[in-house]
Amino acid sequence: MRLHLEGEAAQGAFGGRLAQALAADWAAGWVVHLHGDLGTGKTTLVRGILRGLGHAGSVKSPTYTLIEPYEPGGRAVYHLDLYRLGDPEELEYLGLRDLLGAEGLILVEWPERAGTALPPADLEVRIAYAGEGRDLDIEGPGPRAAALIRALAC
Amino acid sequence: MRVLGIETSCDETGVAIYGDGEGLLAHAVYSQIEIHARYGGVVPELASRDHVRKALPMIRQVMEEAGLAAGDIHGVAYTAGPGLIGALLVGSALGRSLAWAWGVPAIGVHHMEGHLLAPLLEEPAPEFPFVALLVSGGHTQLIDVAGIGRYRLLAESLDDAAGEAFDKTAKILGLPYPGGPELAKLAEQGDPGRFRFPRPMTDRPGLDFSFSGLKTFTLNTLRAELAGDGDPQQTRADVARAFEEAVVDTLAIKCRRAVRETGHPRLVLAGGVSANRRLRARMDEVMAAEGGRTYYPRPALCTDNGAMIAFAGWQRLKAGQAEPLGFHPRARWPMETLPPI
Repeated sequence: MRLHLEGEAAQGAFGGRLAQALAADWAAGWVVHLHGDLGTGKTTLVRGILRGLGHAGSVKSPTYTLIEPYEPGGRAVYHLDLYRLGDPEELEYLGLRDLLGAEGLILVEWPERAGTALPPADLEVRIAYAGEGRDLDIEGPGPRAAALIRALAC
Repeated sequence: MRVLGIETSCDETGVAIYGDGEGLLAHAVYSQIEIHARYGGVVPELASRDHVRKALPMIRQVMEEAGLAAGDIHGVAYTAGPGLIGALLVGSALGRSLAWAWGVPAIGVHHMEGHLLAPLLEEPAPEFPFVALLVSGGHTQLIDVAGIGRYRLLAESLDDAAGEAFDKTAKILGLPYPGGPELAKLAEQGDPGRFRFPRPMTDRPGLDFSFSGLKTFTLNTLRAELAGDGDPQQTRADVARAFEEAVVDTLAIKCRRAVRETGHPRLVLAGGVSANRRLRARMDEVMAAEGGRTYYPRPALCTDNGAMIAFAGWQRLKAGQAEPLGFHPRARWPMETLPPI
């Protein structure tokens, strides 16, 4: 699905809706890839998702720390930013393999830096500049993604 | 007591020796910036590998420079966090093992405490209590410092750190890594009157920072301006200038508030961004107007280095703190949980 969002507030609010849709099918876990240039608002969207799941504190950019864990309402959420990754092999240093076995939500900015070392996404979100606003494309393979997109479209 | 300090939390391998009444006896920093520049960022694995390759020869080098043998070292301090876990493991394992082999105590040091205490290596050193602004690639924090290990977090960045905003904006401007100092250089040629960027979160009470929006604002301004006529290089310089002014001004406004709220007339600047000349000049003005003064370390001690780790470790070892065998590096480590001495 494609939608147009005007302004940071709209992007955050959409993150909240996305959070509800993800939470509705939580048990199997989600790996979400976030694509978009510097400044398109990937972290803003993640902040909206975390708020939607009930996280009240700050949501810092993980650019330097590479990974930031959260636990809103007892749900495990990992926010990764692979911008500074030089080689996919380095994911081992982040303990990524331990995360992937567990249930929860894994949000990955700059997933393309990891090549095939990351598992395939359950959901792909692409953010692009569109005038002052942003265009979001959301897609995913399989029936779970299709159901989530249908729920979002309502 | 003479302490060997080892810093390996991120890009730099730093090694130094600090002693009672002797001060800083030797220090060396080996930067991996050249390796990272090829990738446009810090690479955790290369950083770790390089710490492994560099640390031991560097320890030999500083000990030779100081004219010391193993028996002359009375304690070892190593950075135990926060930072990249793979990089921290290297320094921790090395530091703890050396201390065990030499039969001396060891201590894991908090990287940001190292930065925060670095100005105490200079003359005149600030007296406690003071307000500290820690500004680096990963941190932007205001801290009320009552003494060593007595820290109260007053504010921090809600999203990007100031140094990260510098690096990302530099990238937007097409500058090489690491972008902060390059951006400051470019800003020198900029016209301060052409653009005025917002000062995030200064229009409301409170001390917290937010620099993510400034990056987007810079991007939008640059796109709009480069689409028009005019010299693109001059536009880049003018944008760099406006960005730097906005960050410096925002930090200055918050520091003034923190100084007034705490009543401490001393402001300490530390961390990589505190080497920025315009930031130092503005903070000097602010503190002069408040009837206080600013303290900051020499530029070599603003960026990551072993001297600050040796010094912070020396303070704690001297107070009788030490760690049992074993080491526990931590990627995340709130500074407020440190014990006082």
